[in-house]
Amino acid sequence: MFDWKWEFAWEILPRLVVATGNTLLAAGAGYAIALVLGLFLAIAQRSPSRALTFVVRELVEFIRSTPLLLQIFFVFYVGPQFGIRLSPWMSGMIAIGLHYACYLSEVYRGGIDSVPKGQWEAAIALNMTTLQKYCRVIIPQAIPSALSGMGNYLVGIFKDTPMLSVIGVAELIHTANAIGSEHYRFLEPYTMVGILFLAISLPAAGLIRLMEGRVRRKMGLK
Amino acid sequence: MLDMSGFPLELSGENTPMVSFRKVRKSYGTLTVLDDLDLDINAGEMVSIIGPSGSGKTTVLRMLMTLEQINSGVIYVDGKPLTHMPKGGQLVPANERHLHSRRSDIGMCFQHFNLFPHMTALENCMEGPVQVLGLSKAEARDRSEELLELVGMIAKKDQHPSRLSGGQQQRVAIARALAMRPKVMLFDEVTSALDPEVIGEVTNVIRGLVSEHNLTMLMVTHQMGFARDISDRICFFYGGKIEEQGHPSELFGNPQRERTQQFLSAVREAV
Ligand SMILES: Nc1ncnc2c1ncn2[C@@H]1O[C@H](COP(=O)(O)OP(=O)(O)OP(=O)(O)O)[C@@H](O)[C@H]1O
Ligand SMILES: [Mg+2]
Repeated sequence: MFDWKWEFAWEILPRLVVATGNTLLAAGAGYAIALVLGLFLAIAQRSPSRALTFVVRELVEFIRSTPLLLQIFFVFYVGPQFGIRLSPWMSGMIAIGLHYACYLSEVYRGGIDSVPKGQWEAAIALNMTTLQKYCRVIIPQAIPSALSGMGNYLVGIFKDTPMLSVIGVAELIHTANAIGSEHYRFLEPYTMVGILFLAISLPAAGLIRLMEGRVRRKMGLK
Repeated sequence: MLDMSGFPLELSGENTPMVSFRKVRKSYGTLTVLDDLDLDINAGEMVSIIGPSGSGKTTVLRMLMTLEQINSGVIYVDGKPLTHMPKGGQLVPANERHLHSRRSDIGMCFQHFNLFPHMTALENCMEGPVQVLGLSKAEARDRSEELLELVGMIAKKDQHPSRLSGGQQQRVAIARALAMRPKVMLFDEVTSALDPEVIGEVTNVIRGLVSEHNLTMLMVTHQMGFARDISDRICFFYGGKIEEQGHPSELFGNPQRERTQQFLSAVREAV
């Protein structure tokens, strides 16, 4: 029934390890973009400017209600029609970063909303600027309650990186596909990819939970 | 455009009050909370505001702290307009920049302390001086430790608020506000959220401020005995207006208005 070839598995391992590096890079870079951009999207939705709030809210809603795959295609294939020609990597990072920024902005928003009104008022009473209010008072308190959501999306973005294979980013699935069609064997590459994903996701989730507890304690929030 | 001609660009002269509310009106939708309020507070004066729930006491403080916008009238602090700024020889509503430049004269303590939970007591006090006033860490620490000493909290300076009792938190909050060196301090029911046995530790700190510092203070309180002891003047608010005001001995000893009499006897019965 099983006709698992250790030799073949051993032979393709180096290529898969390199591809794992690419997957991690894509996930890491996409997440970094999403973390920063998401924060801006969250804060923009609390701006005193009604127009800005409206535009950003609609954008976030739009991106959250359309598939990531479509967004990846859009940036990569439709972009050039508007004169925006980007490499697969660039397109992929922009699409996945923006997509997850929208989800993270909701997480941040929840975190920011959970900060009591009195904290904003205390910050005003100390005559803080808007930037100081966010950086020194609000965000440090919003992060602990946002951490679990942030962690979930880190694992989520990692598991969504295979979508980048459709535009030719040589991450794990793309590489496994290539190996499979070169050798007419798919069992070993796909199984190994599954194990690699598992080997990264599981400890990452545990690590995030550990960090959550540490941050909370450090902030004096029990 | 509102006619602002009745409001001078600045108040000057020898007896310029530290705080001046001029025809200040505040409403939420159709509910008028304060109606043409006129109230002057002199430099170094301690004024207590008393009155029934919903009479607008907190709103007075919040407007002065710029936590609420006013609908009309002008508030002056130290002779200069707070809620407005001069432009083309007239007063126009203040922008954030003007508020930022004037707000540093005012400090406030809240009923629920509102300390920053992610900072220790000392860090809470240093935050404003370092971030807002631009003091060096060393200067801010000296100033903050001195104030924590003053409020009797120096031993707990490295504790987070969650490890402090209500009375202790409120004392840290007072030190935090004082660290900004405001000219005017506002206290909104700072003992209302406290257990009876720790109220004294907070009122004693405020007593100390009255006798040793030349601060101008405006306090909302339900503690009549305390207000009578330390205030230079008591304002009795009723329905968004000052119904009666005067020296504590007059207002408590010989109230003129019927509503004041009713309020005071109701309060005495409750005790
Ligand atoms: N944000 C708001 N929106 C609508 N109404 C408000 C708001 N804040 C206060 N009010 C109303 O304004 C009135 C005055 O409120 P304020 O808090 O100044 O009363 P107070 O004298 O401090 O009362 P208390 O003794 O209960 O603290 C009340 O009727 C209150 O319901
Ligand atoms: Mg009140």
